[in-house]
Amino acid sequence: MRQESLIAVAGNPNSGKTTLFNAITGARQHVGNYPGVTVEKKEGYHQHNGQSLHLVDLPGIYSLTAYSLDERIARDFLVSERPRVVINIVDASNLERNLYLTVQFLELGVPLVLALNMMDEAKARGIDIDSEELGNLLRIPVIQTVARVGKGTDELVRAVAKASAEEHSWLPLRLSYGPDVDPVLDTLEKAIEDAGLLTDLYPPRWTALKMVEGDEAIVEKASQQDRGLVNRLLQHIEDLTAHVKSTLDAYPEALIADYRYGFIRALLKERVIRRSDTEGRLNLSNRLDQVLTNSFLGPLLMLTIIYGMYAFTFTLSEFPVGLFESGIEKLGEAAKFMIPDGMLQSLIVSGVIDGVGGVIGFVPIITFMFLAITFLEDTGYLARAAYMLDRVFRLFGLHGNSFMPFIVSGGIAGGCAVPGVMAARTLSNSRERLATILTVPFMNCGAKLPVFALLVGAFFQQSQAWMMFLITCISWGGALLVARVLRGTILRGPSTPFLLELPPYRLPTFRGLLIHTWERIWLYLKKAGTIILLISILLWTMMTFPQLSDEAKEPFETRRSTILSGLPADQRALVESEPAEDDSEALREIRDTLKEVDAEEAQLALSSSLAGQIGKSIEPVSRLCGFDWRINVALLGGFAAKEVIVSTLGTALSMGETDPEETSSLSDRLSSDPYWSPLLAFSLIVFSIFYAPCFVTVVCLVRETGSWKWGIFSMIFNTIFSFVMASLVYQAGQFFAVSI
Amino acid sequence: MSKLLLRHMNSGQKGVICQVSAHGELGRRIRDMGLVPGTLLEVQGRAPLRDPVAIQLKDFTLTLRNNEADYITVEEVGD
Repeated sequence: MRQESLIAVAGNPNSGKTTLFNAITGARQHVGNYPGVTVEKKEGYHQHNGQSLHLVDLPGIYSLTAYSLDERIARDFLVSERPRVVINIVDASNLERNLYLTVQFLELGVPLVLALNMMDEAKARGIDIDSEELGNLLRIPVIQTVARVGKGTDELVRAVAKASAEEHSWLPLRLSYGPDVDPVLDTLEKAIEDAGLLTDLYPPRWTALKMVEGDEAIVEKASQQDRGLVNRLLQHIEDLTAHVKSTLDAYPEALIADYRYGFIRALLKERVIRRSDTEGRLNLSNRLDQVLTNSFLGPLLMLTIIYGMYAFTFTLSEFPVGLFESGIEKLGEAAKFMIPDGMLQSLIVSGVIDGVGGVIGFVPIITFMFLAITFLEDTGYLARAAYMLDRVFRLFGLHGNSFMPFIVSGGIAGGCAVPGVMAARTLSNSRERLATILTVPFMNCGAKLPVFALLVGAFFQQSQAWMMFLITCISWGGALLVARVLRGTILRGPSTPFLLELPPYRLPTFRGLLIHTWERIWLYLKKAGTIILLISILLWTMMTFPQLSDEAKEPFETRRSTILSGLPADQRALVESEPAEDDSEALREIRDTLKEVDAEEAQLALSSSLAGQIGKSIEPVSRLCGFDWRINVALLGGFAAKEVIVSTLGTALSMGETDPEETSSLSDRLSSDPYWSPLLAFSLIVFSIFYAPCFVTVVCLVRETGSWKWGIFSMIFNTIFSFVMASLVYQAGQFFAVSI
Repeated sequence: MSKLLLRHMNSGQKGVICQVSAHGELGRRIRDMGLVPGTLLEVQGRAPLRDPVAIQLKDFTLTLRNNEADYITVEEVGD
């Protein structure tokens, strides 16, 4: 058995890289992160004639500079892991620009196998490529593939296996970059070679080239080894820059790029590429774009598509969500049956099963949401949406690609911030991405809707639709303003260049959709099993302990036994049996009285629990927003999941357990309670929009940003922000109400 | 034929890039996408809010913001 060979898969975004990776490795994949960063690292295996190929999917990149995280990762991987072979996948229908990355791989000298992908599209556009000739000119194996249908992958694997079995060192390509750059490059190369500067990592000429290109990462690394030499080399480069600027009005890095493209164009002219159809460039994609990105029709169609995405997600997930919920409920009942009454039962049922069950309840929504997003992304539509909306998002320091996370999180009421935070991966710049991730929880997710429905139903009966619209506007306004403030303060920095490619419209592969969606769910579930379990037990503990003392329980016991002992024995048995349709009026009344006693006891228990005590101790401050301890406890419970606000409020108002789906009695109770007013309800709505995200979102946020710092920041910052907003609303409302 | 900035081109107008004056990260990105002197492009359209602009190159479509298009000088060509 031979040892396994490390193979890297690299290429431009939209070149079909992931499709090819899936086609070669099949389901034998493993998704992790590159060390220390949140960029996904996909690995997979392929066996070929007893040889084990270990494939790593590098991030999609356009060049080997070190401006973006993706590029740095790809470059560091090639240099430090030294893969036996790099599969460079290029879009054959867009060969010239794709080869720009190839040339940079050749400059570095990594052993390359070129996969000319999307040959079918190239042929359809009248582009004919002589891959053998291209291989001869570049002196590397070139294989034609159509990864979508798996064509050419066997041949590719054979070429890769062959190349990886051969013993070879890196052979950098020596290009000419013109009469100005070349002499300086030669001088630098010699000095670097003589001094052994970074020669254990990079070929000397490549280090020289990167320094001329102004690559800060390389300059810094080299300075750590020999600062004096680097300063002398930089002096040469400064002279060159001044010379090029005065004679050609250009920068050396621009000249280098020009010569690379010149090399590619000369290469392709030499019998490699033939276009039979130079006219008629207005292909199907362009015609579609004339409609889909039209100034007037474009935004309208976008709204329709977003609506369709919601309809798809929520219609399809309704059934599985219901199934999950009833499954969780059954599990809870079974646990109640199997475990004797008491603390352990309460912990398992209310803490573990309800807590983790709530998390699993999100899975259907995440699944369908991601199927929809992946579909839109793979067809190429997402890039069009970013293009159309970039101008709006840029006003607030965000990026066109921030649009999807906002919509998914509930930009139109009813999303979920969990997939929303994960959808921010399409943003490459870390500041814009962070600003997006931190503000999407302000959107109105599906779990906040029962809260709004309750309050709007109780206090704004006359103008429900208008209020919901107002709530949507408040959350968008708040989110965008906070994003603006974040980008102007702690996330200050220039916006990334936009330069977004609009890939041709393509029909996604079913397999690709499934793999992508599965990865998301798996990452989510892995987290749910650990931290979320801990937090739900913690919340349960806070709401349960310390328990009522026996003396405190006694009056309730006495009342219950007084009610029951006043009844004849057969009646008593009936009261304790399951309620039935034909129960008499008197029987129902007795049951209701008993329920009232239970509810009062639950209220007292909650108020004396740790959560209740916290709620009371912050009452002096929360009064500024109009909140008493009952609301405080409900909001604390809402950290588990926002709809818990409704059920906890029910308990705190001694209404017994309230089903978030069935709130009419609680709503009546609120509207008749003298403590409550429309102003208080509105203040609570504002607070609920902005305060700390639910802990599932916080956990996702930590995962996506790679540090607890941002998770804690979002909890504290959002709560302070919501407190200020709600206080302003409440105090202003009171002031004007008094002055009127 | 006249020289003008990419920002000032109208839909359907064609031209050959004669200079890219950006450097640093933006310059690098522009060149990565194949926008180098000598490249033929056609303005395909603009987003509903007139920014960004979509341009058609030989084999693909690229969008860039107006303030990025400011760095690109184009020599107009007729049909």
